Amino acid sequence: MLEQLFYQGMIGLSLAMFLWLVAAGLTLIFGVLGVLNFAHGSLYMLGAYLSYSAVRILGLDFWVGLAVGPLLVALAGGLMERFFIRRVYHIDEAYQLLLTFAFILIFADLVKWVWGPIYQSAPVPGALGGAIPIFGRPFPVYNLFVIALGPLVGLGLWFLLEKSWWGRTIRAAAADREMAAAIGVDVPRLFTAVFMFGSWLGGVGGALGIPIRTVSPGMAEDYIIQAFAVAVIGGLGNLKGAFFGSILIGLVNAYGHVYAPVFELAFMYILMAAILLVRPQGLFGTS
Amino acid sequence: MLALRWIFWLTAAVLLLCIPLTGERFYIYLAIQVLVLALFAMGFNLLFGYTGLLSFGHAGFYAAGAYAAGLLLMRTPLSLLSSILGGALFAGALGAVIGFFCVRRTRIYFAMLTLAFGMMVYALAFDWRSVTGGDDGLIGIPRGALWLPGLGAVKMDALWAYYYLVLAITAAGVGVIHRVVHSPFGLVLQGIRENENRAAFAGVPVRRYRLAAFALSSFISGLAGAMVAPLENTVAPTVAHWTKSAAPVLATLLGGIHTFSGPMVGALLFYLIQEFIERLTEYWLLGFGLVLLILVLGFRGGVVGYYEAHLRPALWRRFS
Repeated sequence: MLEQLFYQGMIGLSLAMFLWLVAAGLTLIFGVLGVLNFAHGSLYMLGAYLSYSAVRILGLDFWVGLAVGPLLVALAGGLMERFFIRRVYHIDEAYQLLLTFAFILIFADLVKWVWGPIYQSAPVPGALGGAIPIFGRPFPVYNLFVIALGPLVGLGLWFLLEKSWWGRTIRAAAADREMAAAIGVDVPRLFTAVFMFGSWLGGVGGALGIPIRTVSPGMAEDYIIQAFAVAVIGGLGNLKGAFFGSILIGLVNAYGHVYAPVFELAFMYILMAAILLVRPQGLFGTS
Repeated sequence: MLALRWIFWLTAAVLLLCIPLTGERFYIYLAIQVLVLALFAMGFNLLFGYTGLLSFGHAGFYAAGAYAAGLLLMRTPLSLLSSILGGALFAGALGAVIGFFCVRRTRIYFAMLTLAFGMMVYALAFDWRSVTGGDDGLIGIPRGALWLPGLGAVKMDALWAYYYLVLAITAAGVGVIHRVVHSPFGLVLQGIRENENRAAFAGVPVRRYRLAAFALSSFISGLAGAMVAPLENTVAPTVAHWTKSAAPVLATLLGGIHTFSGPMVGALLFYLIQEFIERLTEYWLLGFGLVLLILVLGFRGGVVGYYEAHLRPALWRRFS
């Protein structure tokens, strides 16, 4: 019983860390640019497909694929921001949502066009293969690696935003665009950079998943909703909230799968709606 | 000006009545799809265009109407029309409950809330196997007969017969919306959209108005969904998935959100574009994505909005 609880908890944590990488990019972009990117799940999907191609089709090493795929995703994100999203900062948020929604449709078909409608996956890299026993049950080493990597990314983000010059500039622009521009910050270029960085994070989430999650054209639509749930629960624009929100959703999914399969799907949405109603600033936000 | 409008509506009515005369199942079926989407988009736009609230959960109400109508037809002796109305009423009641919560938030938070509630409907349809049939959905929904006073039971097995029923229901639904948006109630909704603070200062109970618009919008969306259950004879949970909320959004934007007939014109364009793209390539989502990009970036008034702002004045100058 206790073993089962612990084991499911570890599964939940590894789910949570994928979610965290995706939600971190979404949250960063919303926090700085004020745009809720519906297509962020599609960038995650693109990261998975590009890395998959690097590994499976070009025969590159897994780690090279992990480096190349997300960089290309960042490039795609940069183009998206520079030529499309930049044009709608000044208009109604509804149109911003709809613009990014258009990219979901575009990416969904592009991926089907290039890679076909079938499910794909890639082998686990050699060094992280196999499993080690946890309470007598084998737990994949790769999942442990992901669980360790998540908090490291969080720490890196915290250092970047709170301690570096770049982070101070970003926070200044997020707090007041005009003031930042007035004191010499190139705000448009900074926004493009932040959007690229957020896209890169989403791409890393996708690329990391290819050995243990299937790569399929439908992954974007399911994943973006989970990322939204995480971002809302932690508080829109709140990175610390997104981290703990990911853990919460990851655990809910893992335990729900075993103990309450009938409510597995609904529970996440109920949690999301409840937070929006009772605490719209999120569990970790200040009003 | 008035004459142009009458010519438009009369031509549309005559064309719609004549479609079954073509005798082509394909055209009749396509026309039913257009009518259903037109009504769905009109219901959606009541909230988006007239009240200023963007919902990403309307597929949930459409599905609620479809499931409820399907279950009524399968499990009760109710006639076809009563079942369709029953489905719409169920969706409206669900909309009143969900709307009660959703109107507490606006803008992005409203969009996220409707998304969450819409996906709850999806989850319920997927997981509540004993009632909804799980991922198989409802299978074998009978179309039943229509009870007409004086005529008794009229069989609806022929597609053209069902087309006329859909046409009548859609016309009635559009009539209701027309009456509502041109009433003082409709004007208050538009006032709230333009400036909610000013409306509140003028003594308008903003939330209550938004809730009423939400419930009516759900009812109309449910009515559209309810007509599909007896048409297809099946309902599957995918109709509730949030990605299905895209169709009314696209139709509405295509036609124009701040015009009455926009969503209906948009529904027609939606299927015309889909048919056109499908003849060239199977990747019609890509085409719609590009269309949506263009609409949002440079054409936010939609086709009817463009007509009213640019083409009609030009026509007027030439012919007057």
